[in-house]
Amino acid sequence: MDIAGLLAQLLNGLQYGLLLFLIASGLTLVFGVMGIINLAHGSLFMVGAYTAFIITSATGSLWIALPAGIAGGIVLGILLERFLFRHFYEREHLDQVLLTFALILLFEEGRSLLVGNDFYSVPIPAALDFSIPITEGFSYSAYRFAVIGICLLVALAMFLWIERTRLGAKIRAAAEEPEMVDVLGIDARRIHLTVFAVGTALALAAGVLAAPLYSVYPNMGDGFLIISFVVVVIGGLGSVSGAFWSALLIGLVDTLGKAYLPVVAGLSVYVLMAAVLLWRPSGLFGARP
Amino acid sequence: MANEKNAAVSRRGVLKGAATLAAASTVPTTWAIAKTRPLKIGLMLPYSGTYAKLGENITFAVEMLIAEKGGKLGGREVEIVKLDDESKPELAPQNADRLVKRDEVDVLIGTVHSGVQMGIHRVVRESGTLTIIPNAGNVAITRELCAPNVYRASFSNWQPAYGMGVAAGKKGYKKGIWVSWDYAAGSESCDGFKQGLEENGGKFIEFLKLPFPQTNFQPLLAQIPGLDVDIVGAFFAGGGAVQFVKEYAAAGLKVPLCGNGFLTEGTLQAQGEAAEGIETALHYGDGLDNPKNAAFRKAFKEKAGREADVYAVQGYDAAQLLAIGMEAVKGDLEDEENLHNALESAKIDSPRGPMSMSPSHEVIHNIYLRKVTGGENKVVGIAVEQLADPGTGCKMG
Repeated sequence: MDIAGLLAQLLNGLQYGLLLFLIASGLTLVFGVMGIINLAHGSLFMVGAYTAFIITSATGSLWIALPAGIAGGIVLGILLERFLFRHFYEREHLDQVLLTFALILLFEEGRSLLVGNDFYSVPIPAALDFSIPITEGFSYSAYRFAVIGICLLVALAMFLWIERTRLGAKIRAAAEEPEMVDVLGIDARRIHLTVFAVGTALALAAGVLAAPLYSVYPNMGDGFLIISFVVVVIGGLGSVSGAFWSALLIGLVDTLGKAYLPVVAGLSVYVLMAAVLLWRPSGLFGARP
Repeated sequence: MANEKNAAVSRRGVLKGAATLAAASTVPTTWAIAKTRPLKIGLMLPYSGTYAKLGENITFAVEMLIAEKGGKLGGREVEIVKLDDESKPELAPQNADRLVKRDEVDVLIGTVHSGVQMGIHRVVRESGTLTIIPNAGNVAITRELCAPNVYRASFSNWQPAYGMGVAAGKKGYKKGIWVSWDYAAGSESCDGFKQGLEENGGKFIEFLKLPFPQTNFQPLLAQIPGLDVDIVGAFFAGGGAVQFVKEYAAAGLKVPLCGNGFLTEGTLQAQGEAAEGIETALHYGDGLDNPKNAAFRKAFKEKAGREADVYAVQGYDAAQLLAIGMEAVKGDLEDEENLHNALESAKIDSPRGPMSMSPSHEVIHNIYLRKVTGGENKVVGIAVEQLADPGTGCKMG
């Protein structure tokens, strides 16, 4: 095995894992605080990617698409929470599944009507459209380094927000001791709205960042949604730091699996999930039994 | 007839016999009608979704040829029934069934997606409907699953990649790999490249693949420097091809990239600089210098309002093949012996150059070597002249 190739694969795994973290952190927060499994989370990612496609086609710049995606995500998250999800917290899981499944269909149909069903590529921003040689015959795209950097910043911000701020403390409390939050008279509605908006914005941001790397195509969110669920389960339902470490683990296992054990590549992350669940049934960082 | 199997005469047997008699007595009338009523052509193609433009171009080209023939084939008026197959394999059997049974088409032209083609194949192998394929290249159709009533006017997945393998071997490349999606077209093109390369002095090392239609190419690209190869071949199409070619260039790999022609077909604008210099093999090239191609491209642009492409050529040739068959039997599709003789021995003057049919009903044509120069797929030579698919496993002909 050549060391240079391994280095490149580690970078790939890191970049893929960090992107998964952006998606999975929103998924795990929404589940942890509201108890809803949002199947439409992958569609939100898809919306972000198509936002990147539409805005870069019109303006030529991904740097406009990124803040637009985040702002759009916050607005979309608020609307979805306020008018749909809020009415489903007390309902059965089946109702919640039906709601979020219906949203998948609506988002995909909307995408089809608006942009069509073609496969589009999104250009890498001109300023980052160069490669940095990391080994003798292999260079790594500067944009991928930028994605790694941005994702790490977001992860740091999330950590500080959840662990060091008053609102973050309330969110943790709402996830771990929902009754206590009610007793203390904390406004749960506001927390729900915030969490949902942040989760949605993260999914859209991930979509924008992913668009130049993976192209945009119909149902592109499905694959990312499934792997994000694996991340959430391994990390422990509701745990953001769990999602972080588990996303990195999945990113590396999946990438190295594809590179060095292609025969079982499709299987590797699921084997990992099964192994973790046997060892720790509530995931790596799962607090609740 | 019905009584031969069961010695005792059953009520059902008698009814069957009566039905056979009744049917027999009507034969001359239906035959007479069959020759004079319009020829019904079913176009089962994608008119929506990713491949919609391919379906449209094929349709324009079919209509164009029929118009050139004065709206008649073999003396019969033509009626076209279009059906959108949406490139959905799961709907293919019922869609094909609808055309064959409900619309009672005489000929089926379709389709683009190879999964859908398998569905069509299942239906028409049973019904015996004359079928001409204008794109889908899955090799099984003209190999182990070949059928007397099914002809392909496009290509087999094996052909262009084999041509590329031959060209690479002749250029002196010694060790090659193939990169593609893990599905039929990917592995069939890999087989072609491998065979072509190994027959010409090269060695095939590995098939790097990823699930269709994923575009996470990095884990594959990062392996290439460690494999110690001197040529990389690839088959991707559409957006996947754009992405792959760009990432290949960005990775700064020292190994030249080549491929099946679809790697740079209809994608050059999006690929830009990254595609310059890439050599690919295909049965067509935009600037192919023959009078038929020039006339075809001009007429197509007038009709469709856009430039012709390889899909349009394949649609046109599907219709040309049908026209040859229809003329040979003067519109009488019941005259199967003469019809199939004419189709099997057809010599077609295609925009792609001379083209004919192999015993397994696969197209025989030139595979051209093209090189991306100044944003165009310039034809630089012929990789393999008049290449036939091996047709392995076909029990026909």
